[in-house]
Amino acid sequence: MKRFALTLAAATMVAAPAMAQDFSAELKARQGQFRIMALNLGVLGGMAQGKIEYDAEAAQEAADTLVAVSMISQTPHWPEGSDNFSIDGTRAMPAIWENTDDFLAKWSDYGEAALVMQEAAGTGAEAIGPALRQVGGTCSSCHDDYREPQ
Amino acid sequence: MRLILKLLLVAVLLAPAAGYWLTRPDRVDPEAFAGLTPDVARGETLYYAGGCASCHAAPEAEGEAKLVLAGGHRLESDFGTFVAPNISPDPEHGIGAWSALDLANAMLRGVSPEGRHYYPSFPYTSYIHMSAQDIVDLKAFLDTLPASDTPNAAHDLAFPFTLRRGIGLWKALYLEDDYVLANAATDTVVRGRYLVEGPGHCAECHTPRDAFGGLDRSAWMTGAPNPSGRGSIPAIDPANLSWSESEIAYYLETGFTPDFDSAGGHMARVVENTSQLPEEDRQAIAAYLKALP
Ligand code: HEC
Ligand code: HEC
Ligand code: HEC
Repeated sequence: MKRFALTLAAATMVAAPAMAQDFSAELKARQGQFRIMALNLGVLGGMAQGKIEYDAEAAQEAADTLVAVSMISQTPHWPEGSDNFSIDGTRAMPAIWENTDDFLAKWSDYGEAALVMQEAAGTGAEAIGPALRQVGGTCSSCHDDYREPQ
Repeated sequence: MRLILKLLLVAVLLAPAAGYWLTRPDRVDPEAFAGLTPDVARGETLYYAGGCASCHAAPEAEGEAKLVLAGGHRLESDFGTFVAPNISPDPEHGIGAWSALDLANAMLRGVSPEGRHYYPSFPYTSYIHMSAQDIVDLKAFLDTLPASDTPNAAHDLAFPFTLRRGIGLWKALYLEDDYVLANAATDTVVRGRYLVEGPGHCAECHTPRDAFGGLDRSAWMTGAPNPSGRGSIPAIDPANLSWSESEIAYYLETGFTPDFDSAGGHMARVVENTSQLPEEDRQAIAAYLKALP
């Protein structure tokens, strides 16, 4: 309702209201990639916390997946105009397109932390905790600047 | 509603006698600070519990640079934009020349050494729950941090909020030292209550405000609009947050939610601080949240 009122207000102020484009494929792809990351972190986190029994092979697969996702090209996921001021269904802030270099640097920080996890995961449950904290720091540092609260 | 506040402030300014009584800065009792010995290690824990760096570190600082409390962070509110000042130990631009008593008047009463009121964007309405010993310890720790000679930037506020006098009236309404959770059943909850309602100032974001910018104590921790931007700050009272105590404590340690999403927004910075606390303190915070009605 609030969003509707805001949109309306914006539409009456701007002479030629821009038509919202359909970015549903891009949103599904980028949000899906984050879900894959969260799922695999869940496996590693569960083992680190002792909630899931440690299994070297499963841990390694989860860590390999984190690395694999970090290698997915981000370019097609973030078309201009797919921020949360322009369209619904996303929490991606316009700042991403104002500081694209920093945003991509934060994505590569995640990739580096994933490599640390890849080294650690197969060596035992105790090694997962510190690597997890490092990965988690890279997630939060990007969400801090570029993802709006729900 | 905003209009009423303005009228009230104007009334206070025009009626000096009555106004003075209501708006006069109140100070802590110096006796309470006599003979206290500072404990720097305890001060460090309080520094992280209080999240000073979230507002007072330079906006883009990361890692070690977060310990340089040079100020500059901008806080948006309905009344304008506040810019956090330099509180590093620099004697001229920071608070290096302050005594522990000066810091106590600032943090527990919202009053500067010159006797001016601070705006409540500096969360002294929460810090009021800290003790004299806490302030002495915290000051000793702050003195160990690097100095910065960055000058303070002015706040960007609209009239009449530029007049600090009116804050006295605001304080008469909202500066309270009783806890919202009146009955804490266990020592853990007592500790959690102190950390959350006191230094942790969690309610400053997680509790909605009324028209005058005061926290609505009847809607404690039930979430609030996001002051800077869109979306909202989630509710964390038991009716709305179904996480277990250990899940809450793990989030405050690592930033990971139970489904391994990772904290964002201003909460990412809060987690940078809570991750530095002892594990028992994170559990105490979780126990307090679960003890709320
Ligand atoms: C480079 C920046 C960046 C990094 C690094 C990052 N995220 Fe995100 N994340 C985002 C943005 C931006 C969104 C919002 C996407 C949207 O709503 O379109 C998001 C959304 C999400 C979501 C919600 C997806 C949905 O269903 O809407 C989850 C879960 C998530 N991230 C988890 C993680 C985890 C876990 C990590 C670390 C392993 C991580 N993210 C690292 C930027 C990042
Ligand atoms: C500066 C504002 C701010 C302060 C102070 C703050 N929070 Fe938060 N909190 C947030 C925001 C914003 C979110 C949403 C995070 C996100 O978008 O990922 C949040 C999320 C949370 C969540 C997760 C809720 C959920 O449903 O995802 C918990 C638990 C929480 N905070 C607890 C606390 C505690 C305990 C404190 C005090 C130690 C605190 N917060 C202080 C802003 C704040
Ligand atoms: C939510 C943001 C926020 C947090 C957290 C915060 N402050 Fe501040 N602080 C401010 C703002 C804004 C001001 C300026 C108030 C004013 O000008 O009226 C301020 C002012 C001050 C001052 C007065 C400085 C001067 O030059 O007069 C001191 C001292 C101070 N803070 C100490 C602290 C300490 C110590 C902590 C941690 C325990 C802390 N602050 C945490 C926002 C914050």
